[in-house]
Amino acid sequence: MLSVQVEKNLGSFSVNARFDSEGGVTALFGPSGAGKTSIINMIAGLMTPDRGRIALDDLVLFDSAAGIDMKVAQRRIGTVFQEGRLFPHMSIRHNLDYGRWMGGHPADPATFAHAVDLLNIGQLLDRRPGKLSGGERQRVAVGRALLMRPRLLLLDEPLASLDAGRKDDILPYLERLRDEAKVPMIYVSHDANEVKRIASRVVRVESGKVVATGGVEFLN
Amino acid sequence: MFDLSPQEWIAVQLSLRVALVATVVALPFGVAVAYLLARKDFWGKSLLDALVHLPLVLPPVVTGYLLLITLGRRAPIGAWLAEHLGLVFSFRWTGAALACGVMAFPLVVRPIRLSIEAIDRRLEEASSTLGANGFWVFATITLPLALPGIIAGAMLGFAKALGEFGATITFVSNIPGETQTISAAIYTLTQVPDGDRAAMQLVLVSVVISVAALVASEWLARRAQTRLHGS
Repeated sequence: MLSVQVEKNLGSFSVNARFDSEGGVTALFGPSGAGKTSIINMIAGLMTPDRGRIALDDLVLFDSAAGIDMKVAQRRIGTVFQEGRLFPHMSIRHNLDYGRWMGGHPADPATFAHAVDLLNIGQLLDRRPGKLSGGERQRVAVGRALLMRPRLLLLDEPLASLDAGRKDDILPYLERLRDEAKVPMIYVSHDANEVKRIASRVVRVESGKVVATGGVEFLN
Repeated sequence: MFDLSPQEWIAVQLSLRVALVATVVALPFGVAVAYLLARKDFWGKSLLDALVHLPLVLPPVVTGYLLLITLGRRAPIGAWLAEHLGLVFSFRWTGAALACGVMAFPLVVRPIRLSIEAIDRRLEEASSTLGANGFWVFATITLPLALPGIIAGAMLGFAKALGEFGATITFVSNIPGETQTISAAIYTLTQVPDGDRAAMQLVLVSVVISVAALVASEWLARRAQTRLHGS
């Protein structure tokens, strides 16, 4: 279980959010500029909260009272960013393998092949990110995060940079990911339809605060 | 028409060796300083920045003289280095390489710094979320993405080192076979009667070397670009 309780002053507005997530897919849902990405960055360790506590099961990632702030590299939280952020100087294969190298794990062809198959990116392996379409890039970004053997996957509006048609191409892959990979996920989105398809639980964020939590039905 | 005397050939070889050693030794320091200036905030940063650029604005003779009074054989640091590390700069080709390295340093640092500043830091964040610590982020993301700047810095540094004259001649003098580079040899030849022909030959040699270096760096830069972004 992921439990998050964070406060962060960001100048123009502040984040003060508290929520728990029980496995499956939890959506952070709310309008643009509500502070969803800030919350994600604090969980990933890319932003330091002013106060609060973030824990994943028994593992404390951050606790201001206890002076704990685990380094990003040690958190093992797979993050899929809005813009993909694939490494332009590496082939797709090397991008996918990057997390495994950094974690010092031996090659695991079966897991690699399974992820490649799940996301249907086998034909891209020897290409460079620069030549990929937006949808392909995001599928690779998901694969890269998945193959680092994460404790948790954070997906920060992974479809936001794609046009409507492309979104429908990718959603099925994300649904398969949810059903087949047994990794808890936090899915950030401002799109109610997307959230209804992917998430099992919804945390509604507005102006930096959690205003409601519940099942997907409360989006109707 | 092309008959360089053995002494002139030695000057050519010496120039290449001096410039190459100066560039190779300056490069890692250049990358480190460029990274510090591009990324870190620390006390004395503007001082370091000024210090790096100093050889660019000072008259070369002044830089050479400063080297002489700090690293010369009887100067405090120079004497210490000679006694404890056996490292002697004054009136040796190593001193010429040092003078060239110092003079070239600002030109090495600048393009590397610019290319590090141009790197999308979100890529480095992504790499750290994938488990890379500071060293690996630098080694696998920052350094390869800064490669075009590193090549440009090396090229500019090499060119500067090849042409360096003032600081070198002040620090290590103009000793044939030891510190007489192409520039110094040309200068010497222009000071003697009947030296024009030999001087012209050395001028041609230096033009050829410079053009070759330019072509090589263009080729390297293109290769780096292809490696970075795919063909």
